[in-house]
Amino acid sequence: MARMSQTHVDYRLSQLDQLEAESIHIFREVAAEFEKPVLMFSGGKDSIVMMRLAEKAFYPAKIPFPVLQVDTGYDFPEVLATRDNWVNRLGVRLIVASVEEAIKNGIVVDDGKTSRNRLQIGTLLNAIEENGFTAAFGGGRRDEEKARAKERVYSHRDEFGQWDPKNQRPELWNLYNGRLHEGEHMRIFPISNWTELDIWDYIGREGIEIPSIYYSHQRRVFERDGMLLSESEHNPCREGEVVEERTVRFRTVGDLTLTGCVESTASTIEEIIAEVAIARVTERGATRGDDRFSEAAMEDRKKEGYF
Amino acid sequence: MSTTNMDLLRFATAGSVDDGKSTLIGRLLLDSKSIFEDQLEAVEATSVGKGYDYTDLALLTDGLRSEREQGITIDVAYRYFATPNRKFIIADTPGHVQYTRNMVTGASTADLGLVLVDARQGLTEQSRRHAVILSLLRVPHLVLAVNKMDLVGYSQEIYEKIHAEFTQFATKLNIPDLEVIPISALNGDNVVNRSENMDWYSGPTLMHHLEHVHVASDRDLIDARFPVQYVVRPKSDEFHDYRGYAGQVAGGVLKPGDEVVVLPSGMTSKISRIDLFDQEISEAFPPMSVTVHLEDDVDVSRGDMIARVKNAPEPRQDVDAMICWMTTTPLKPRQKLAIKHTTRTGRALVKDIQYRLDVNTLHRDQDTKELGVNEIGRVQLRTTVPLLSDAYAKNRATGSFILIDEATGVTVGAGMING
Repeated sequence: MARMSQTHVDYRLSQLDQLEAESIHIFREVAAEFEKPVLMFSGGKDSIVMMRLAEKAFYPAKIPFPVLQVDTGYDFPEVLATRDNWVNRLGVRLIVASVEEAIKNGIVVDDGKTSRNRLQIGTLLNAIEENGFTAAFGGGRRDEEKARAKERVYSHRDEFGQWDPKNQRPELWNLYNGRLHEGEHMRIFPISNWTELDIWDYIGREGIEIPSIYYSHQRRVFERDGMLLSESEHNPCREGEVVEERTVRFRTVGDLTLTGCVESTASTIEEIIAEVAIARVTERGATRGDDRFSEAAMEDRKKEGYF
Repeated sequence: MSTTNMDLLRFATAGSVDDGKSTLIGRLLLDSKSIFEDQLEAVEATSVGKGYDYTDLALLTDGLRSEREQGITIDVAYRYFATPNRKFIIADTPGHVQYTRNMVTGASTADLGLVLVDARQGLTEQSRRHAVILSLLRVPHLVLAVNKMDLVGYSQEIYEKIHAEFTQFATKLNIPDLEVIPISALNGDNVVNRSENMDWYSGPTLMHHLEHVHVASDRDLIDARFPVQYVVRPKSDEFHDYRGYAGQVAGGVLKPGDEVVVLPSGMTSKISRIDLFDQEISEAFPPMSVTVHLEDDVDVSRGDMIARVKNAPEPRQDVDAMICWMTTTPLKPRQKLAIKHTTRTGRALVKDIQYRLDVNTLHRDQDTKELGVNEIGRVQLRTTVPLLSDAYAKNRATGSFILIDEATGVTVGAGMING
């Protein structure tokens, strides 16, 4: 924690400090220029890093905007517990937009074929519209996926919440343009330039709480489409799928019916970092069923208004 | 490997698919083990699907479906890789003539520009244009990678000819540091590993140069500039009287005890304390995001600038700047636009367009009446609020601004203030 208090003889900032400074700048810029920002907080590692950066950006004042979680109804209980700890410690207001509620109210349609992940889109857009949010912070990173590699830090959404990748505003220096028309909103990606490894290094350096399922644990799992999925009432086994107990951890956390885990004995941040540094498969490729439907799966969902 | 103490280099690449740019980036990512198996597999599958008999590494960087369908790159893409001591952020910009704005965007944050030329073609209009844009954007380091050396028999003569021609051209530009490296992106010569085919070349490999180029001294550590971004006022019992000015240091080194002036009001005070989260720190320098406290209760708000009493920028409402125009409706005299400079927003009136710069020949067309899309020119503006600015050549953060169309809300111009 005392890392910055010494004199910098050569006036150099490590890359992680530079990323932190850039992200904090973005948080402050949005808080200054937007009427109603909100932080999309899933309780996953990327949104936890966002929370930490927001905490630092406004300290010792409280974070000047609420946080929004889209509850699929299929979230890991460990993740929800961590979410609540963060929200309570920082004293921010939590808004939960429930996919189940949205289905009940006819905002989205559960046809039995559409994943909860996809149903989050309508639920999220509805929550943004209902609350009149003009800026929504998301934890997307450009190293995650090809469509995200081309997305701006300030990503404009039209009145339908859609992203138009071919018509993005140029983004120069650190001068962000937050102009909006009635009904439009901006998605803000303050950790665009962070990589998966940076996220882990930062969590390690800051010593902050993340859901326990990121660490190695015993879990009853079965294999589907080359992924290890959790045994759960929401996710009944199909014919031929065998449940067995394995030593696993999660690299990403999302809808538990779609988020796979990997076999791992990494039980400390240092061990996770070592594992990430030599990983040969992207975190989304390894563990996210939602990104596998087509090569352009993320691009399509983003255009519709996904995170 | 831990990234905690790594250094950072942001670089912009320019060149077209024909110059082998995507292959080069693919190779940098592959050789630094930054491409994952599933990414490579997806690209291999697509290559097979398209009937190619090779893996098209360009597919790694073409992110959007329309780009893949049309086989072109339409937008700036950001890529990441790291070696043990440095992390790299590549702003990969398309090379086509109509996409100058993307190159300007990518170059705006770059420490280094990488221009590719095909050894068989030599310097083209496009490579000259890229060098001009990088120079206008004051990217301090330039690398000219002479690619496809394998296709010219690794000829020293050809390399020397391109080197000489480019060096001569570069004398007309502001390029403080130039390195010309002969490579073959396809075979890997001088990319990461030293080429066995070019004994005559004694300079660094591309990767070695990227890893070691010294960027720390590119920042202005003399002229203290602190644009106030946000006023932190907790109004809690514990921090009842806390009033801090949050922002990102844009120049110089700030220390507690420094005598400072707040612009545009001209009020003076002293820095009493600088906070970084819950720590008090002894110095703040670019690009740190900190919170500054002043001894006196002066009126300070967003858009103000804190500087040293004897070294402060001149507030100016008449602005002379190079502008890159980025939208199809041309820029014309009498036009009114919104302007954003540091944390300050106002309106600007176009007084005069002095000339249009031909980025291929450096010719100044003084007869021009307007600036079209992707054109760059020298423009005079009058602003509603004084800009607390420096010359862009001195400080990229306090010398730059963007122009916004007030009706559409779109960013339509990028400006660099002349001294």
